[in-house]
Amino acid sequence: MHTSSVPLYWRLQKSKYGLFGTKCLSCNTHFYPPKPLCSECRRKGRVVEHQFSGKGKILTFTIIRTAPEGFEKQAPYAIGIIELDEGAKIAGQIVGPFERLATGKRVRPVFRKIYEDSDDGIIHYGMKFVIDGKS
Amino acid sequence: MSVGIVGYGAYVPRFRITSREIARVWGQDPKTMQEGLLIEEKSVPDIDEDTITISIEASKNAFLRAGIRPKEIGAVYIGSESHPYAVKPSGTVVAEALGIGPEVSVVDTEFACRAGTTSMFICCGLVKAGYINYGLAIGADTSQGMPGDALEYSAAAGGAAFIIGGKNVIATIDGWFSFVTDTADFWRRDGQEYPRHAARFTGEPSYFRHVMEACKGLMGKTGLKPSDFSYAVFHTPNGKFPLKAGKSLGFTGEQLKDNLLVSKIGNTYSGASPLVLSCVLDKAKPGEKIMVTSYGSGAGSDSFCLTVTEDIKSKQDKARKTMDYVADREEIDYARYVRLRGKIKQ
Repeated sequence: MHTSSVPLYWRLQKSKYGLFGTKCLSCNTHFYPPKPLCSECRRKGRVVEHQFSGKGKILTFTIIRTAPEGFEKQAPYAIGIIELDEGAKIAGQIVGPFERLATGKRVRPVFRKIYEDSDDGIIHYGMKFVIDGKS
Repeated sequence: MSVGIVGYGAYVPRFRITSREIARVWGQDPKTMQEGLLIEEKSVPDIDEDTITISIEASKNAFLRAGIRPKEIGAVYIGSESHPYAVKPSGTVVAEALGIGPEVSVVDTEFACRAGTTSMFICCGLVKAGYINYGLAIGADTSQGMPGDALEYSAAAGGAAFIIGGKNVIATIDGWFSFVTDTADFWRRDGQEYPRHAARFTGEPSYFRHVMEACKGLMGKTGLKPSDFSYAVFHTPNGKFPLKAGKSLGFTGEQLKDNLLVSKIGNTYSGASPLVLSCVLDKAKPGEKIMVTSYGSGAGSDSFCLTVTEDIKSKQDKARKTMDYVADREEIDYARYVRLRGKIKQ
């Protein structure tokens, strides 16, 4: 069974629970996961924390039918690359019926279980995405 | 100082299984089961949903309506009988995910289906005493029913969240009455997967006695009578119990009709009366009075009354409504249901 580091989960909690990333005040580039340095401005960049709304659109998606260890019970599930409204791109699960999936569709974030470290391990939570509206 | 609800929010998972489908699998008469319980279908959580995720989604809607910052919350209390961890509070994840705290009081509460309203009561007391400005009280569950048991037709998932405060309230909480005895009508021993119940004993000496005594106590204390209320909200283990209790107390079908939310989503346990209340708040008008009476097996009831204020009009449309979640549904069969609920041992 898949297990992971409790301290690692704890360290990443803030960015995973609340979609906290960073942005560069010099060039307005947004980063998720958070980067301490702006890859565009280098040492001229001024990077600060930024909480993403989680709203964006689907750039591309696929259906995972043969899931990696720890995710088997969730399969089949959809994974997509979401372009957030601020510009950063993020990979995440898209919950809901597959027939609603299409590139360009708007999504909003939903808080879900990501996976469980066995029946007696910790439960990992974080953001997934759902198609916004009834489309 | 008038204490009341500043913001509220609901969440119901989108999967549904019908009573007809459950009856088909167990060879029971679907009409008898459906008419006996007044439950057409119940909500089923997705494989990645639990009390914590339901609490967070409902709270996000409550924050949209309250318009306050998460750091202003001084207490988070989650009532549930299906906390994902036996030891590690659900409230810690909920508070962290919503950006509340760390300077905050957090505790999980448990009193069968009554823990959500009791969490509201505790928040009211803390606000009134001046210890906190706002408290977040949640009632949520992903309840369990043993395969083939009568509970399987009703045990559902969902929850509602309420931000309690003393400023800009959309409904004042005007009175409170609780009634508790040692009555073992439904229980789950530590480590057991499914609860057990005392069948018909869950009715007269349990649900009806506690609900009726709490309502009578509240009306006696406040001097209000059934005709003073626009809505009477009850715990909804099925569709019949709240209607029977309400009519015995002198409420009309019109005052009671929102309790039939249970026929579309099942019994959401700690989320049940809170979800009917959120459904009522979605459409309530200023000046209307609402009576809410929960019930938790074991057994006890909280009964409280609210008066809706002018401020509700600007809040109702700020987040998804309860019936939006009810309408967003996908029907599943029994095979998918047992898979999602982890009833297949691998």
